[in-house]
Amino acid sequence: MATLTPTITIKDPKLGQGGSGVRPPEVGGGDGGRGDNGTPDYDGRLRRARLGLITALVAIVMIFVALTSAYVIRQGLPVLDEKTGKSVSDWLQVSLPTQLLLINTFLLLLSSVTAEMARRQIAQLSRLAPVQSIPGVSLGEEKNFPWLALTVVLGLGFLFGQYLAWRELADRGFYLATSPSSSFVYLLTAAHAVHLIGGVLAFLYCSATSLFRFPLERRRIAVDISVWYWHFMALLWIYIFGLLEFVR
Amino acid sequence: MVAQEAHAHDAPQGFIRKYVFSLDHKVIGLQYYFLALTAVFVGMFLSLLMRIHMIWPTANIPLIGEIKPETYLSLLTMHGTIMVFFVLTTAPQSGFGNYFLPIQIGAPDMAFPVLNMLSFWTTFVAFVAIIAAFFVTGGAPLHGWTGYAPLSALPSAGPGEQLGADLWITSIAIFCIASLMGALNFITTILDLRCKGMTLMRMPLTCWAWFVTAILGLLAFGVLLSAGILLLLDRNLGTSFYVPLVVVNGQVMAHKGGSPLLWQHLFWFFGHPEVYIAILPGMGVASQLLSTFSRKPIFGYKAMVYAIMAIGVLGFVVWGHHMFMSGMSPYSAFAFSVMTMAIGVPSAIKTFNWLGTLLHGRIRLQTPMLFASGFVSLFVSGGLSGPFLAQPVLDIPLHDTYFVVGHFHLIMGVAAIFGIFAATYYWFPKMFGRRMNERLGQIHFFLTLAGTYAIFMPMHYLGLAGQTRRYSQFTEVAYQAKLIPLQTFITFAAIITIAAQFIFVINLFWSMKKGPKASDNPWEATTLEWTTATPPPHDNFAGHIPQVNHGPYEYSVPGAARDYIMQTDPAGVTAH
Repeated sequence: MATLTPTITIKDPKLGQGGSGVRPPEVGGGDGGRGDNGTPDYDGRLRRARLGLITALVAIVMIFVALTSAYVIRQGLPVLDEKTGKSVSDWLQVSLPTQLLLINTFLLLLSSVTAEMARRQIAQLSRLAPVQSIPGVSLGEEKNFPWLALTVVLGLGFLFGQYLAWRELADRGFYLATSPSSSFVYLLTAAHAVHLIGGVLAFLYCSATSLFRFPLERRRIAVDISVWYWHFMALLWIYIFGLLEFVR
Repeated sequence: MVAQEAHAHDAPQGFIRKYVFSLDHKVIGLQYYFLALTAVFVGMFLSLLMRIHMIWPTANIPLIGEIKPETYLSLLTMHGTIMVFFVLTTAPQSGFGNYFLPIQIGAPDMAFPVLNMLSFWTTFVAFVAIIAAFFVTGGAPLHGWTGYAPLSALPSAGPGEQLGADLWITSIAIFCIASLMGALNFITTILDLRCKGMTLMRMPLTCWAWFVTAILGLLAFGVLLSAGILLLLDRNLGTSFYVPLVVVNGQVMAHKGGSPLLWQHLFWFFGHPEVYIAILPGMGVASQLLSTFSRKPIFGYKAMVYAIMAIGVLGFVVWGHHMFMSGMSPYSAFAFSVMTMAIGVPSAIKTFNWLGTLLHGRIRLQTPMLFASGFVSLFVSGGLSGPFLAQPVLDIPLHDTYFVVGHFHLIMGVAAIFGIFAATYYWFPKMFGRRMNERLGQIHFFLTLAGTYAIFMPMHYLGLAGQTRRYSQFTEVAYQAKLIPLQTFITFAAIITIAAQFIFVINLFWSMKKGPKASDNPWEATTLEWTTATPPPHDNFAGHIPQVNHGPYEYSVPGAARDYIMQTDPAGVTAH
């Protein structure tokens, strides 16, 4: 069970009817979790969900390991020149819209920060949930800043920026099928974008759990997992950006 | 990832929630099993057509007509793909693993039941997609289950390479996603949901096998998924990842600068671990059954665990041995060759331990035991030709011959299938509450074992004699035509073996309805699935979570009252 840790202080406790507080944690009811007293074991679930996330990230890493090795090996591969009959390198250097990509990177990193704020906010709220459920105790509203919404906006901003970067690439004459090097640029950025869209969808799901008034602890798990995934996506982007920028 | 409700669901009532979109790992396991059963009959039928065509090339088969050489290649492709993905990957791991892994570790369900359901239905979609490839314009693809580029990457390269090949690669990509979800679930379940007392080193070897298989799947399927996406881009969006400058039917293709070897590396980086994904669960089942039916602890439990891990690790560094013929530096070939032969060490450890388990055992030769020992037999026979093929100097002449066909069918095809049979006969009483007919089971076993050897052993001789594989007929080449009588023998053996499988299917479905009722522990086995009711209740243990006090293979313990100690028996039962 969640317990009150000493570092948390309850700001401005309001006495009264409770108002629009969070629903008390649901107790009992065929959960099957390992809670000692019939309550759902949210700590166990959080641990399990995080373990699942790590496993999923391993799979995603493998996808990008495969793409990276394909990229690096293809880059060094000589091809036969039709005219001279000699092995030559046909690797075409793609000129990236680096400035635009730097702005995108900044947006994504900023979104990672806001996501972390969201994660900490709900973690704290969920630790306070047992207190909240005491009749007559309600917490202040000042903590409910819409960090998730901000993260989604920044994430969509990043995706739009990536779209602009593709347009810029096309303007410079690098299309998907122009050469293997440009194919890889589109492929790696698109593969990352698809994964990031998954993160946006996860955040939308988190917001939905709030609308449907799922127990706070359950929402906290959803947010926690989504945010760690998001951090990983930011890291992955930096890796891809570095790869495309420095290994070309 | 979204946090799923772990086993928080009540027993569903409606038909759809109970049997179709079920969250219950047992129902999902059976869904996988019956999907694989459907797939295996499709795959078997395709092989029957191939065998018939090979000896009667001009035969007019009812409903199908005369098989053209390109149709033969389609049959070959689809037989391989369906068997490898939808049978050998699906039944042993996703089928039995789903059903018995949570029960064997004392968990009420898999870690993420919703994800589990999703992964089954994703697999189902993949299966529909691959079957659809038969019915589109141009028919099924003809590039083999390995899908080598540029043949697989160019829609104009042949009939079946248009929409059929798109469906093929799409199906495989979907299958990859399903398998990744499944692997994630297996790993999390094993690491997080073991009941009290179930330490890793008390897990049945089946669980160890499913665990290592899941890790292999997690690391391998992502790579195949990437490879598949590149192939789809090459086919449909004009990129040239795999396609070099190439001329098809006198026409220069627009592609330029790709590398066919890139596909081979990515494919086999998945493809070799895939072989172990197919066979490891069978090893787990064989270990479990040999111990249970010899009434002896497994010989060298820890060695078995480490051997399975070693096989898993080595499985990732040997993919190059599939590519000796494709052009490879002799230094790389040497490294791959040494690594490949190194797999012989953990494999031999496992084999010796299986034999050691049998030694001085009080062996009960019931059908599951027959199939488990059949597994060992096939594993040894198929495995022994491995070191031949692992050496580049021998692989080069043998690679494109029937020698390889015989080798991999014995070791990853039929051995894995024997694992599935053993598991079916063994766990059937737990799954359906009834027992399968013993006499029919034994007839099925002896016919299948003899049939298997009659089919695949002669293929080694065919290969040594230079009979090329993937050819639809041999009548045109003098030295190959001489070998046709042996091919005829193989075809008849195949027809008899295929017919014998109907004994199994009849036994399966008849016993589900009419078999004698089974007790909760008909084999007097020790693991957790035999402690619960038959068939197990919705949450596996009817509300009480078991506590484990013993290892999985405590048979014939001196001083114990019975010749087996259940894992849940009180700790004081052993006398030593």
